[in-house]
Amino acid sequence: MTREERIEALKRAAKERILILDGAMGTAIQGYKLDEAAYRGERFKDHPRDLKGNNDLLVLSQPDIIREIHSKYLEAGADILETNTFNAQAISQADYGLEEISHEMNVAAAKLAREAADEWTAKTPDRPRFVAGAVGPTNRTASISPDVNNPGFRNVGFDELVEAYATQVRGLIEGGADTILIETVFDTLNAKAAGFAVEQVFDEMGVELPIMISGTITDLSGRNLSGQTPEASWYSMKHLKPFSIGLNCSFGAEQLRPSVDEMAHVADTYVSVYPNAGLPNEMGEYDESPEQMAVLLEDWAKNGLINIVGGCCGTTPEHIGAIAAAVADYKPRKVPEVEHALRLSGLEPFVHG
Amino acid sequence: MTSNAAQNFVMVGERTNVTGSARFRKLIEANDYATALEVARQQVESGANMLDVNMDEGMLDSEKAMETFLNLIAAEPDISRVPIMIDSSKWTVIETGLKCVQGKSVVNSISLKEGEEPFLDHARKVLRYGAAVVVMAFDEKGQAETADQKFAICKRAYELLTEKVGFPPEDIIFDPNIFAVATGIEEHNNYGRAFIDATRRIKEELPYVHISGGVSNLSFAFRGNEQVREAMHSVFLYHAIQAGMDMGIVNAGQLALYDDIEPELRELVEDVILNRRDDATDRLLEAAERYKAGASQRKEADLSWREKPVQERLTYSLVHGIANYIEEDTEEARQQAERPLHVIEGPLMDGMGVVGDLFGAGKMFLPQVVKSARVMKQAVAYLMPFMEKEKEEMGLAQGEPAGRVLLATVKGDVHDIGKNIVGVVLQCNNYEVIDLGVMVPSQKILDTARERKVDIIGLSGLITPSLDEMCHVAAEMEREGFDLPLLIGGATTSRVHTAVKISPNYRRSQAIYVTDASRAVGVVSGLISKEEREKRIAKVREEYAQMAASYARGQEEKTRAPLAQARGNALKLDWAGYTPPKPSFLGTRTLEAYDLAELARYIDWTPFFQAWELKGQYPRILNDDKYGEAARPLFEDAQAMLKQIIEEKWLTANAVVGFWPANSMGDDIELYADESRKKPFATLHTLRQQMARGAGRANIALADFIAPKDSGVADYIGGFAVTAGIGEEDVARRFERANDDYSKILSQALADRLAEAFAEALHEKVRRELWGYAPDEALSNDALIAEDYAGIRRAPGYPAQPDHTEKRTLFSVLDAEKEIGVKLTESYAMWPAAAVSGLYFSHPEARYFGVGKIGRDQIEDYAARRWSVEEAERWLAPILNYDPKRVTDAAA
Repeated sequence: MTREERIEALKRAAKERILILDGAMGTAIQGYKLDEAAYRGERFKDHPRDLKGNNDLLVLSQPDIIREIHSKYLEAGADILETNTFNAQAISQADYGLEEISHEMNVAAAKLAREAADEWTAKTPDRPRFVAGAVGPTNRTASISPDVNNPGFRNVGFDELVEAYATQVRGLIEGGADTILIETVFDTLNAKAAGFAVEQVFDEMGVELPIMISGTITDLSGRNLSGQTPEASWYSMKHLKPFSIGLNCSFGAEQLRPSVDEMAHVADTYVSVYPNAGLPNEMGEYDESPEQMAVLLEDWAKNGLINIVGGCCGTTPEHIGAIAAAVADYKPRKVPEVEHALRLSGLEPFVHG
Repeated sequence: MTSNAAQNFVMVGERTNVTGSARFRKLIEANDYATALEVARQQVESGANMLDVNMDEGMLDSEKAMETFLNLIAAEPDISRVPIMIDSSKWTVIETGLKCVQGKSVVNSISLKEGEEPFLDHARKVLRYGAAVVVMAFDEKGQAETADQKFAICKRAYELLTEKVGFPPEDIIFDPNIFAVATGIEEHNNYGRAFIDATRRIKEELPYVHISGGVSNLSFAFRGNEQVREAMHSVFLYHAIQAGMDMGIVNAGQLALYDDIEPELRELVEDVILNRRDDATDRLLEAAERYKAGASQRKEADLSWREKPVQERLTYSLVHGIANYIEEDTEEARQQAERPLHVIEGPLMDGMGVVGDLFGAGKMFLPQVVKSARVMKQAVAYLMPFMEKEKEEMGLAQGEPAGRVLLATVKGDVHDIGKNIVGVVLQCNNYEVIDLGVMVPSQKILDTARERKVDIIGLSGLITPSLDEMCHVAAEMEREGFDLPLLIGGATTSRVHTAVKISPNYRRSQAIYVTDASRAVGVVSGLISKEEREKRIAKVREEYAQMAASYARGQEEKTRAPLAQARGNALKLDWAGYTPPKPSFLGTRTLEAYDLAELARYIDWTPFFQAWELKGQYPRILNDDKYGEAARPLFEDAQAMLKQIIEEKWLTANAVVGFWPANSMGDDIELYADESRKKPFATLHTLRQQMARGAGRANIALADFIAPKDSGVADYIGGFAVTAGIGEEDVARRFERANDDYSKILSQALADRLAEAFAEALHEKVRRELWGYAPDEALSNDALIAEDYAGIRRAPGYPAQPDHTEKRTLFSVLDAEKEIGVKLTESYAMWPAAAVSGLYFSHPEARYFGVGKIGRDQIEDYAARRWSVEEAERWLAPILNYDPKRVTDAAA
């Protein structure tokens, strides 16, 4: 299938059923217990800085592992794979002295996911699989000062973010991504810069992919790190006309529910959710079982809150399998019609009819 | 403006504009951004829905100033909660601003002044940055002056934006130019009218757009005459809003009400704005002199609501919790009503209905609602004698409540603040509440329920043994054939516990968990009507069944280390190189009638607000967007009452503290009467963590913090019990009699806080003097709350020692009941409720931890040290890593 055909197929599938997104990549990588040498592989064995923990680099140094993880999620029933590129922007990679290879990492990551997805599309042609190019927030915030004594200071600016995101997005599209997923948005200004970059790259390359956006909530008041409510952040990003908007990471499904509910009622586009496997326990591990998580997510499906669902930190192919089975019989959320109104936001939404 | 029109009018704060405000310009030029932020804050507080920020001043680096100010605003949540209008005539300044805001803002402005190309280019960029836009009625030929010109330019811009750029029409705001009128130049006379006429046409023909304008331009001719200017703005807006203007850049908080303008002035102004007569300008100029001196009057304490009809006055009093006029107004309503009961069923219930709606919509919070209830009760109390008299004279029935709810804190438990709040909220909604108080045995609950024909029973409890008692009440209800819904609430209760443990005991109806007081009304009203009840119960039942099933699946026992292995991995402190500090005395010492003013300094206020369901950290909560408005008066009332409590000695605070030679024996701690350490006179039992542990992390028990007997090291342990609740009950009863639930709950919450503060203050005294191992410690209250000190205090019944029954031993070695007047109930709750007790450990490595779930092997071991396995399982039910029923069944 060409990219255009895949995008059409994705849009058709979203109308018919709840789509399944894959689960945690980091958790799966942890299971391989890789050491410094493994992270480096052959190519980076003499790199001057430590590379252990640079999960995004594994698409170059351990491609077989990433391919295997992708396959497991597809086997478990995921419709959409996320590329292993959460931190593959020059800004985040600078910590490892690898800012120069951001583009290459993203191309390679998208290719790996593409191959795995195509392989499974061939196996289950009635259920084609898709690749979402994952764009994480980077390790800096554009709305918050890192220095408490100097609240007006910023350690990253909009233009710098746009440049880093544009490089990443170009790589993801070249490597074969079907959609761009701006995820784990903790600061909406970062996401706006990402959206800006995405549209710029679309213009430049003459393509248009569906944009998916997923924010994260950082405390039980239901706001993101930069202080916006879900509805306010939706208005900040609505101009990107995203294919889907939603929430991921944050806490477990139970704690995320009120925010999902809020999003599902205000967003006139598809809603996606991929929570963590519960809250971390006293050992810092996520231990909600696949069954527990599936019960919670099934309830959302039953109540017509979701269109796309998957897992974040702590989830495994077993979780995705259980979730896919639990939501299979439910209709996807109906996208509501929203009245014409001036919808602005600060930290809070402001709607003027 | 009339208030109706005002509701749909967006006020854009104009004071953060260097071109419009000399003061703001000077602040920015002087780099005084702190004060500049105060200007912004004041605008938002006065009701601005949006902030216009403009830095267009020749002497400024406008880009830099825009960036700095917007970044600083982003760090102020009470300012940045509203959207920003980025205002500049320079595109580069606008673009700089757009890169700083995470919200969806408004660009002010773009126009066709330089032709279509730059206009389209800017519009596309605005869209890509995700902002709405103000479009000025300005084209290549200049600013539009007549209504026709204004409309023509706006229409052209609309078509370009929606057709060529794909700009959402609802995000377009036209500014059809407000120019000064009454300048003496004849062509200017129609400017006001032209704006109003153009507005009407734009709204009619260009769907979804909005109309805005800078209103103060209008009155430039009257600079220095604020009263006339305000009147002009107000009259202009009155007409423009009717024509469809829905947004304006105004000095928020400084607009006269159209109806409040002096009629003669209003007419003169109206003539000018609407260009109704040729001499309008001259007449206004002449009259203006007379108004110059008189400053506006309307800023004084606003008692205008007293002019309204009695129903509105009653509602106002109820919503604002004002008691001053309630009897007077109730009397007036009574004289108008046929029967006194009608005052309750009519105006008062209508007013409470408004309170209920506001509460339901999240616009009022608990403390405000409880105050409303106090006003309501006072009104009802006023009517009572009239109703009694009517009943005597005519035998008329006196109304039926919406339903009858019985509330009780279960046997063995003494905590009732949350339950009292639920009671008040239900009463506000016309439910009759029968509150049996605290420590209520199940038989009394059931007997009362039957006698008084209640519709619902609600149980509350705070300590873990109460969970068991609730299961018991549920089972008794089943046995005695009840079929009423049973509500469960309180700090240790949970939905899962209700579903898994309580619900199976009561099949005839249903146990239902209620999260907090704000949910209580919804739940109760759904359960009162017979038809609705069945549906609700069926829904809850299904939900609970699912939850119980998923809980059961999740209960495959978590891996626990065998007790022997956990003991092998105990925390091993280096006793050989350590000499424990010796307390300044051994045995106990009692502190009577401790200085309450001293204790007040140690209060941790955050939990106080939590008790009122206001969630947030003190002191930040006082300025919180959502809760601040409710939190501030509550805090003021609390401070005032605290002052009375201290000055009038409403409460007495007592403490007993003791130190004993002690050594650990396995997981037990032996207390000795003297340094010979021969025979223990008491033994404290502790529980050990059994979670799987990686290298370097021990399986801790409290006993690990005390030197083992065989180490030969002379170690010590401390214990304490404090109360600030002697007298608490009398105070609560006094308020109850005065129909003042608000003050009752407030007094209970304060007594609780004082007891906690006492525990904190005493612990500090212990560290510095009584045990004396940290004589130089000097910590702020925040540091104390954060527990930044050496050594720990732990209470039986909490995570480090979840066994409440250990309090019995502690109380007996302290002789606490006799010394300070605190009793233990059968569930080991302390009475009076405002009390705290615990153990002190001095070792610098002593730390807080949770025991977590424990295995059957430890239960058996613990039981052998203390009591039977069944007893152990009963008291430690919340931390069992297995289901005792399953074990028994398997054995049978």
